Amino acid sequence: MPLVSVRDLKRHYDIRLTGGLFGRRAKLKAVDGVSFDLKMGETLGLVGESGCGKSTTAKLVLGLIPATSGTVSFDGSAVTAAHDAQWRHMRRRMQMIYQDPLGALDRRLPVSAQIGEPIAVHEPHVPADEREARVGEIMTSVGLRADQAASYPHELSGGQRQRVVIARALALQPDFIVCDEPVSALDVSIQAQVLNLLEDLKERNGFTSLFISHDLKVVRQMSDRVAVMYLGMIVEEGPPEDVFHAPMHPYTQALVSAIPTPSRRGKRERIVLEGDPPNPVNKPSGCPFHPRCPSAMSECREFQPMLASHGSRKVACHLRPAPSAGLIAAE
Amino acid sequence: MSVVSEPLLTIKNLTVEFDQGAHFVRALHGVDFVIERGQSIGIVGESGCGKSITWLAALGLLGSKARTGGSVRLDGQEILNCSDRALAHLRGSRIAMIFQDPASSLNPVHRIGRQIGEALRLHRGLTGAAAKAEATRLLDRVGMSNPAQRLNEYPHELSGGMNQRVMIAMALAGEPDLLIADEPTTALDATIQAQILELLNNLRRENDMGLVLISHDLGVVADMAERVAVMYCGRVVEESQVDRLFDAPRHPYTRGLMAALPDIDGPKRRLKAIPGMVPPPRNLPTGCTFAPRCDHATEACASRVPGLRPAGAPRHRAACFHLEDLPGGSRQPASPAQQPVQETV
Repeated sequence: MPLVSVRDLKRHYDIRLTGGLFGRRAKLKAVDGVSFDLKMGETLGLVGESGCGKSTTAKLVLGLIPATSGTVSFDGSAVTAAHDAQWRHMRRRMQMIYQDPLGALDRRLPVSAQIGEPIAVHEPHVPADEREARVGEIMTSVGLRADQAASYPHELSGGQRQRVVIARALALQPDFIVCDEPVSALDVSIQAQVLNLLEDLKERNGFTSLFISHDLKVVRQMSDRVAVMYLGMIVEEGPPEDVFHAPMHPYTQALVSAIPTPSRRGKRERIVLEGDPPNPVNKPSGCPFHPRCPSAMSECREFQPMLASHGSRKVACHLRPAPSAGLIAAE
Repeated sequence: MSVVSEPLLTIKNLTVEFDQGAHFVRALHGVDFVIERGQSIGIVGESGCGKSITWLAALGLLGSKARTGGSVRLDGQEILNCSDRALAHLRGSRIAMIFQDPASSLNPVHRIGRQIGEALRLHRGLTGAAAKAEATRLLDRVGMSNPAQRLNEYPHELSGGMNQRVMIAMALAGEPDLLIADEPTTALDATIQAQILELLNNLRRENDMGLVLISHDLGVVADMAERVAVMYCGRVVEESQVDRLFDAPRHPYTRGLMAALPDIDGPKRRLKAIPGMVPPPRNLPTGCTFAPRCDHATEACASRVPGLRPAGAPRHRAACFHLEDLPGGSRQPASPAQQPVQETV
């Protein structure tokens, strides 16, 4: 049984656009029908451009915000956004690592108090000295020195702050961690330190994780499986080597070809997509990618393609009809 | 380009110090750059290495707290520490700069057309219908659809990629000889980044414009630049033609950066992080500033600052005492003559 199971998850926001006395009503479909499973110990990478719904998906999965429709289940029980005793009980097993460590930390508390806070909240019976000992252990395990316990966030470097955020997320030894762009704010050399740390901790503690990033290279490094999102929907999902080396969806193809890397310099064909990602308020009909797709057909404008299995992966594209639909895909 | 002509821009021994009240902190320790017309040069490095400060100092944009020294020559003419009036003629018309965050560089309460028009009036003396026509042409040139209609829009009505195009259009308004792009695509999405990089490259070729691309992203620089300089702690530690730099990096820091970068192709490997962190400018180690984080450091590294010296290829220089001892160095193929062991870097 998967540890986390997400089915047809949607989150729509009612907004008002300019026009008329009180504005026009419109729906912003931030997440529009996302389904995936996470097996115990697995890391699913979620990639996509800004506004594609990655972070909203993360918040929905943790029950931080209510879903418009769809279900999330964690270890067999439903995750709701009712912040009751049951949710809190679940929350100690699910943690989040944020992008901006300075924003995620309290500037007026020493870091040891922040790392110990989840223990104080969820295990109030633990005496203070035992809590401190545990905080010390966790700090060592994420590569922070014991003498940094009394430091305030502003006294630490960006990489060290991110280690504090990771330490705090690990304080209760959670089963599931959502990492939302954990290294985007860090420099290359520090980024590698934090990515290696996350890999080591995962090896040691064996947590399941949802790893969100706009950086395909980082996601490939960290994930067992990846899902590519576009306008609130998953358009391709599968093992990172397959998805990034032989992308099937035109959007994934463009995304992969757009990554500048030193090793590809000069010898790749870049697919430069026209236009911007459309606003999720005016989501195009049919396939949401069709206005920018170099190989859009007439049916793409009318019918929304469903995710269909192609061996180890799933693709939502009319160019890639499900193999069972008569056309046997060459792959 | 005639043989006798001066390079477009020559920076020599540029230093920058910031007034910290009681003392000055040196952020830039003497850097040299030469840029020719139509050439693109990429500057890479981590935050705080001085990659932006170099160019802000060259344009006199650092403010009164900064003390700059050395020389910056544009077409042979000294421009460093010139009066603001003299610089005002250069900024925008000879040298233009675009920044990371387009939304905060544009004025939110003025329409796009007015902002481009301002640049056109200042640098080319265009007003009225002529300015409007030229602004429309520029927006079209940077790949915006419905340029005439866009002139009446405000920055918040445009996306990040569109705002960056507006910034580029404004930079082009003065028909500059040199465009300095400071992290031009860092705030943009991958597919939009590809569009903007392609646009910058086309503009450089067509206008025979020098391009300085400052980025923390090795991939972007590898893609765009002909020459690359790697900076660390206010110094250039390695510079070379782009292919040579990425195929055979010589400085341990450059190698470290490349080993720390995950890749999309090839087998998945564990990243090799550079230990420690970048030291703050007011507390630099003596000698080679990279030595405390370097695997190859010896006592000599802590005593003196290594200067840039030839690194085994034309126009390839690196600032390290141990260039010859590092794997792949010039001494390497000489010693294991009997064993044809290929050291792959």
